[in-house]
Amino acid sequence: MRAVVIATLALAAAPAIAQDVQGRNLASACAICHGTEGRVVPDKSPLIPLAGLPSEHIASQMRAFRDGKRPATVMHQIAKGYTEAEINAMAAWYAAQKR
Amino acid sequence: MKRRDFIKLAGAGAAVGTLSGLAGCASTVPAKARVVVIGGGFGGATAAKYIRLWAPAVDVVLVERESAFVSCPISNLVLGGFSSMQEITTGYNGLRQHGVQVVQDEAVGIDAAKKSVSLARGGDIAYERLVVSPGIDFNFGEIQGYEPAMQQGRVLHAWKAGAQTVELRRQLEGMRDGGVAILSIPAAPYRCPPGPYERACMIAAYLKQAKPRSKLLVLDANPDVTSKGGLFKAAWKDHYAGNLEYRGNAKVVAVEGGAVRTEFDTVRGEVLNVVPPQRAGDIALKAGLITHNNRWCDVDWRSMESKKVPGIHVLGDATLSAPGMPKSGSMANNHAKIAAAAIVGALTGRGAGSDPKILNTCYSFVSQKEAIRVSSVHEWSPGQGTLIAVKGSGGVSAARSEAEGTFAWNWARSIWADSLS
Repeated sequence: MRAVVIATLALAAAPAIAQDVQGRNLASACAICHGTEGRVVPDKSPLIPLAGLPSEHIASQMRAFRDGKRPATVMHQIAKGYTEAEINAMAAWYAAQKR
Repeated sequence: MKRRDFIKLAGAGAAVGTLSGLAGCASTVPAKARVVVIGGGFGGATAAKYIRLWAPAVDVVLVERESAFVSCPISNLVLGGFSSMQEITTGYNGLRQHGVQVVQDEAVGIDAAKKSVSLARGGDIAYERLVVSPGIDFNFGEIQGYEPAMQQGRVLHAWKAGAQTVELRRQLEGMRDGGVAILSIPAAPYRCPPGPYERACMIAAYLKQAKPRSKLLVLDANPDVTSKGGLFKAAWKDHYAGNLEYRGNAKVVAVEGGAVRTEFDTVRGEVLNVVPPQRAGDIALKAGLITHNNRWCDVDWRSMESKKVPGIHVLGDATLSAPGMPKSGSMANNHAKIAAAAIVGALTGRGAGSDPKILNTCYSFVSQKEAIRVSSVHEWSPGQGTLIAVKGSGGVSAARSEAEGTFAWNWARSIWADSLS
């Protein structure tokens, strides 16, 4: 019984790990402005750190940029490059990072 | 880390390649999960750091000939007098804190069959995977008289930030009011498409303020401005009409006695900043990684692995750029993350996790405080077998602004930290 439970957990965990790695890989591109793992350069950055922000907040802002509902200098052009699933994977990964 | 400490540390490991202390002994012991990275620029430094971040059990050795990284981005501001060499220089201690073993030496050879890299000061380092991020070197031979003139200090490229950046600034400061400076741009592709036009702005800004009777003459081998053209031309017209003259289709073919010769005429200048045509850095040439036009290295964009030599990942400006992809610091940093995911995935047996999707954002200053920008998102296309720009994404700034200038400085500090700290 126990073995079955562990096996089931492992099966359930596999897509979660894959999504986590996808989120990690996608989000790493943003670090050129938003900092490694969403932690900005201390005291110098005009940006809010993404690390540890609620996942739904990050995803909703990306959608607002994409749909032109939040004004931006650059993010409206970048957000249009990502699918809903990719936005959610990045948002979940950033939410899980230490501030 | 000092060299001696590195050898000690390597010697303490279970599997090591020989270094200079054991001259004559070829490296025969294979490294266990060791990645060697050649080149500590935006590509190589980022790869070294992210492999350690994503797989702390993997040994990473970075081979870099300089003691510190000097950034090409922002170096044009040094020429204008708006930044300093100190501000654009970052040491390698940040990488050491991530557990990267930094070896200050030059990689002079790669034995892909034996999986080892040989160093200028002697000895070899064995690797399981190799990352080659060599940046560019110049095809000086395409411009007659270039090398002797450069050795006499009469022509400069300043297209690798460092001593030539300092010297170009010194020459601009020494020029008389009324003198002509020449900036010449090679045919694309070259490192940093908007870079020469930003440089034109920075030099013109300096002349306007310090030598108002002087002029910068821009001779472009390309028919027109290759990046952010509308935005650059608007800035030139509004800010630098009296100090900057631009000529397209003006390819410099020779440098001779204080003048440059194009295909049509000879133009004299007191300061000659001629940027020569470029190719993948020397080590890529020596290792047989170049695949196209004797200049660039084609890669599998899902892993950055060389299409010619298995087990070697090539990053940055040295690559044969995918369609619509610039040779930029942002791209090199992002290439490194594709390679890191692929290498970590291969070494841990878990796979890279997903097809790559990366982005480019490049800012250019057009005055001391105002900047403009270009961005693009690139994704894997199974049909085309390369990275392509995502339809509907990307673009340039609506207009130059000080807000973009603030974000440009944030970009610079962030990418320096992301690559090196």
